[in-house]
Amino acid sequence: MTERAYNFAYLDEQTKRMIRRAILKGLAIPGYQVPFASREMPMPYGWGTGGVQVSAAVLTPDDTLKVIDQGADDTTNAVSIRSFFQRTAGVATTTATRDATVIQTRHRIPEEPLREGQILVYQVPIPEPLRFLEPRESETRKMHSLEDYGLMHVKLYEDIARHGHIATSYAYPVKVEGRYVMDPSPIPKFDNPKLGNMAAIQLFGAGREQRIYALPPYTQVVSLDFDDHPFEPSKADHPCGMCGGTDSYLDELIVDDAGGRMFVCSDTDYCEGRQAAGHKGKDAA
Amino acid sequence: MYVAVKGGERAIENAHAWLAEERRGNPDIVELSIAQIREQLALAVNRVMAEGSLYDPDLAALAIKQARGDLIEAIFLIRAYRTTLPRFGASRPVDTGAMACDRRISATFKDLPGGQILGPTFDYTHRLLDFKLAAEGAVPQAATRDAGTGPVPHVADFLNREGLIEDAPPVDTPPPDLTREPLEFPADRALRLQALARADEGFTLGLAYSTQRGYARNHAFVGELRIGSVPVEMDIPELGFAIEIGEITLTECETVNQFKGSKTEPPQFTRGYGLVFGQTERKAISMALVDRAMRWQELGEDDQGAPAQDIEFVLAHADNIQATGFLEHIKLPHYVDFQSELELVRKLRREAGASQLQEAAE
Repeated sequence: MTERAYNFAYLDEQTKRMIRRAILKGLAIPGYQVPFASREMPMPYGWGTGGVQVSAAVLTPDDTLKVIDQGADDTTNAVSIRSFFQRTAGVATTTATRDATVIQTRHRIPEEPLREGQILVYQVPIPEPLRFLEPRESETRKMHSLEDYGLMHVKLYEDIARHGHIATSYAYPVKVEGRYVMDPSPIPKFDNPKLGNMAAIQLFGAGREQRIYALPPYTQVVSLDFDDHPFEPSKADHPCGMCGGTDSYLDELIVDDAGGRMFVCSDTDYCEGRQAAGHKGKDAA
Repeated sequence: MYVAVKGGERAIENAHAWLAEERRGNPDIVELSIAQIREQLALAVNRVMAEGSLYDPDLAALAIKQARGDLIEAIFLIRAYRTTLPRFGASRPVDTGAMACDRRISATFKDLPGGQILGPTFDYTHRLLDFKLAAEGAVPQAATRDAGTGPVPHVADFLNREGLIEDAPPVDTPPPDLTREPLEFPADRALRLQALARADEGFTLGLAYSTQRGYARNHAFVGELRIGSVPVEMDIPELGFAIEIGEITLTECETVNQFKGSKTEPPQFTRGYGLVFGQTERKAISMALVDRAMRWQELGEDDQGAPAQDIEFVLAHADNIQATGFLEHIKLPHYVDFQSELELVRKLRREAGASQLQEAAE
């Protein structure tokens, strides 16, 4: 059911046009943060308003939308955003990664490789990869324009000197096409290798911070590292308890008072697909 | 046995139903009407209009009712509604010199043209709980007087005639629009004032207070504080002249600040300015102090590293809808990121433990 009082996908066409321009600029300059006049949305800042505005601007009535949070379709905020678009756009929705044309995500990239024609929309809290090294926007913009990323390399180096490893496990910074250092949103670094050379369009929306950035298909994306300390994606060293998969990102659950644990795929669609195909983990019923 | 948690949708529906019930409270108690909130909680309504950036007392009252009295939540409802409204154009600048004042005080002159009008203020009330209010009853009629017909000129204009206060010539460039353009730095004064006008009252108050306590101290006199209604006029292209489309209540505060002069400016008084919807004088005074503190650069003052001088810091954190959204989003699930942190901490601890063992063995 579409709520007639609002335009298709909630935003008015002028606003969508403004957002589409920002998206196009972002696609033309991969990894560059484009300022845009983010609107107040009927959900709070920090809850995906950037992603929602980007999705609203790219959705057409023929699209099929999938919304995930932490890899799962059934987390409360994913449910809430999906129902928002059901109400305001009346588009078809799905939980199947392969059936979706637009996927809005928070904190994960689906396990199943995306294909051409799909759009992956990320919700981004802090788009500026340099923000925790330099709090001032006026400074960080200058650093990007001068390609001055020394501070970031020093930070990573100090991590290694202190801990023996780069102590960043999510929102791990990447360099796009050898130019802009970009925040991939708080995805676990396990997902970083999927960012590069992806067939789908990747759009990043940060509502509160009023920034949009993008990766066109087949863009080169490199996780920052050093020759003697190469980037390493990591995950829990277990198979999935439900589907037995060994190559997917896992959530750790505490299952009893004694602190017993089990590990399951964070991507619910991937896990259910494997189970339906007959794969079974040790904890499956 | 682990069962994937389904039913987020049901949980949300149930939460909303429960919320509606809690909002209503005990159904044996008469329900609040919008008119009651508008008339009897007018200062809450004013704050919601000011920080919601939408002048509509009935909608603000509705938002307060819907938000169960949580004013930031009410402001959020108003903001989200406001963005969906079409724009017909911009009004002419309102003339606060022509304000029909309910209240007008100056702390810098004992008497002045237009007079001192206390108006409906808490200022000299003794803060004793009035238990009579716990019982319903009629309020005695307040004394009345004919409104003065003479002009109520701005105090700063008197000082200006002597050249004692900095000149504030009118600026013709249209002000930027914070709600239609992304906030970018450096932000000019018009943009800063716009941001402060809708900024969180508490945040603005705290910053203003910090300037009084020495963090970029710039002793402020309330040159003038006025509250009253002004007509809003709009140019109608088809008519070729402006017509009055309504009346709004505003609070305006102009501070007169000490200034000993700098390398670029002679000794003179300087100004801070606050203008807010409704009767909202705490906010208007705070705004004027913070405005003045942020002007250090143009006046050639020193950067004392004070929070109120830091334009980027102030503007990036003054909006309570942005702040509360981002603050509260940490309630959302973060277990994917937490999991990756768990892996990292376990790995670092394993290695630290191993190297300690090795050191002990050596």
